[in-house]
Amino acid sequence: MSAPLLAVRNLSVTYPGDDGDVRAVRNVSFTLGRERLGIVGESGSGKSTTGRAIMGLVGHPGRIEADELRLGDTDLARLSEHGFRKLRGRRIAMVLQDPKYSLDPVMPVGQQIAETHRSHLRSTKRDARRAALEMLEAVHIRDPERVYTMYPHQVSGGMGQRVMIAMMLIAGPEILIADEPTSALDVTVQTQVLSILDELVRSRGMGLLLISHNLHLVSSFCDRVLVMYAGQVLETCAAGKLSEATHPYTRGLLAALPRLGDRRTELPQLQRDPAWMVDLA
Amino acid sequence: MIALDDVTIGYGTGPRAVVAVRNLTLAVPEGQAVGLVGESGSGKSTVLRAVAGLISHATGEITLAGQRVDRRRTTAQRKMTQMVFQDPYGSLHPNQTVDQILGLPVVIHRLDRGEARIVQALAEVGLGREHRYRFPHQLSGGQRQRVAIARALILEPRILLLDEPTSALDVSVQAEILNLLARLRRDRGLTLLMVSHDLAVIAHLCERIGVMTRGLLVETTTATAMANNHVTHEYTRELLRFNAGFDRSSVAP
Repeated sequence: MSAPLLAVRNLSVTYPGDDGDVRAVRNVSFTLGRERLGIVGESGSGKSTTGRAIMGLVGHPGRIEADELRLGDTDLARLSEHGFRKLRGRRIAMVLQDPKYSLDPVMPVGQQIAETHRSHLRSTKRDARRAALEMLEAVHIRDPERVYTMYPHQVSGGMGQRVMIAMMLIAGPEILIADEPTSALDVTVQTQVLSILDELVRSRGMGLLLISHNLHLVSSFCDRVLVMYAGQVLETCAAGKLSEATHPYTRGLLAALPRLGDRRTELPQLQRDPAWMVDLA
Repeated sequence: MIALDDVTIGYGTGPRAVVAVRNLTLAVPEGQAVGLVGESGSGKSTVLRAVAGLISHATGEITLAGQRVDRRRTTAQRKMTQMVFQDPYGSLHPNQTVDQILGLPVVIHRLDRGEARIVQALAEVGLGREHRYRFPHQLSGGQRQRVAIARALILEPRILLLDEPTSALDVSVQAEILNLLARLRRDRGLTLLMVSHDLAVIAHLCERIGVMTRGLLVETTTATAMANNHVTHEYTRELLRFNAGFDRSSVAP
């Protein structure tokens, strides 16, 4: 494989707390190429914070430390806020969980997509509009002209999320971070949105970091999976082989999932081992 | 135990009127667990709310424990059906302690032995005495859902209505709550009516499953038949397919 798009080595994120520092992310290392990499974990495992750290979105008083945090030839660890502003949207983009909260409620969705194009590519209004319409078509929206003028409250959840994807991909980023992109959607709509994401990420040769708590979804969608617990990566495995995971935490999570066609009177409950909390590195 | 006969529920009037549930007939025998699945807006939560007595304008007949219930319910009828909601962050009063939350239904229904009931309810859902004087924000998501279950059970209902009881919870916590619900059901002979979008969760707890889409109950089947793919309606097949995870080959662009 060629040089990775994103290289992360020993990334830590620390928040000061009343009882000493809270280390939300501890020595996380991974690389992302032109592939779909999944991060799974429960709430509080540090998976979202990892994504936000890459985007430079860990605000004061949080601290980021890393031996290496590199996007192509850009050193993200040393990048200024101004540098990040130019980079976000242009080279790394992020799709969040709920389009209801991540779209501007008082601006038509088409304009929001065009705005990204204008600010990053310094295009004219007309070019931006044309690009936005093309992008809406690329995310399989049937009547782009009509949807362009709609406000976020007028579109459904699935359509809103497709608008978000259009907005994130219009400036042609190298990496897309999707943080629970389909958790707020119905199962039937989930698949549509995922397949659009899949199609665009493949055809544009992008790297995708999919953050989710849903083991099924990640193992069926991604190429590789990182399993996070208490801020650390406990295990990395090929996504299709998640069922053969060896770490007791991953095995415990899989066992605790109810399965269709396998009725058990008791679901095995996860026994948390204090050893999982100990620093691995 | 629960019988709905030709129940129709609509919202709004004039051109904006919608029919949320259309001519629904469903029976849940005593001690059984029935689950409803379907996409959002399919009317499954509306059915639950109608059984709970939270919707007063339903047409058709609702019968609970052999008694036809009217628009206005008696205290005894209200006591018989209790509900647990999806979001334990939203369904518990933020300024009341667990003790106050559990004490209120006891006062409303003029039950005796309030103190003993609260202690017992906490023990039954696996919470300790130390949780009794905490506020909801001092509890984890799973603990909060346990409080919501305790609040429902403190009135000793015969019917428990569950509206997505685990979808706001992590997988490991979900397993704990599902085990708790299964045990309570066994111990108390509860009748359950549960709503979820997660087929596996429904099939774990319920013997029978109803599939709803656009206000219609399109199929009623068993968990076993569902697992073996013995389903008739196209929408149920679709649900089963999506439940299996993301499949590149099955997606038509």
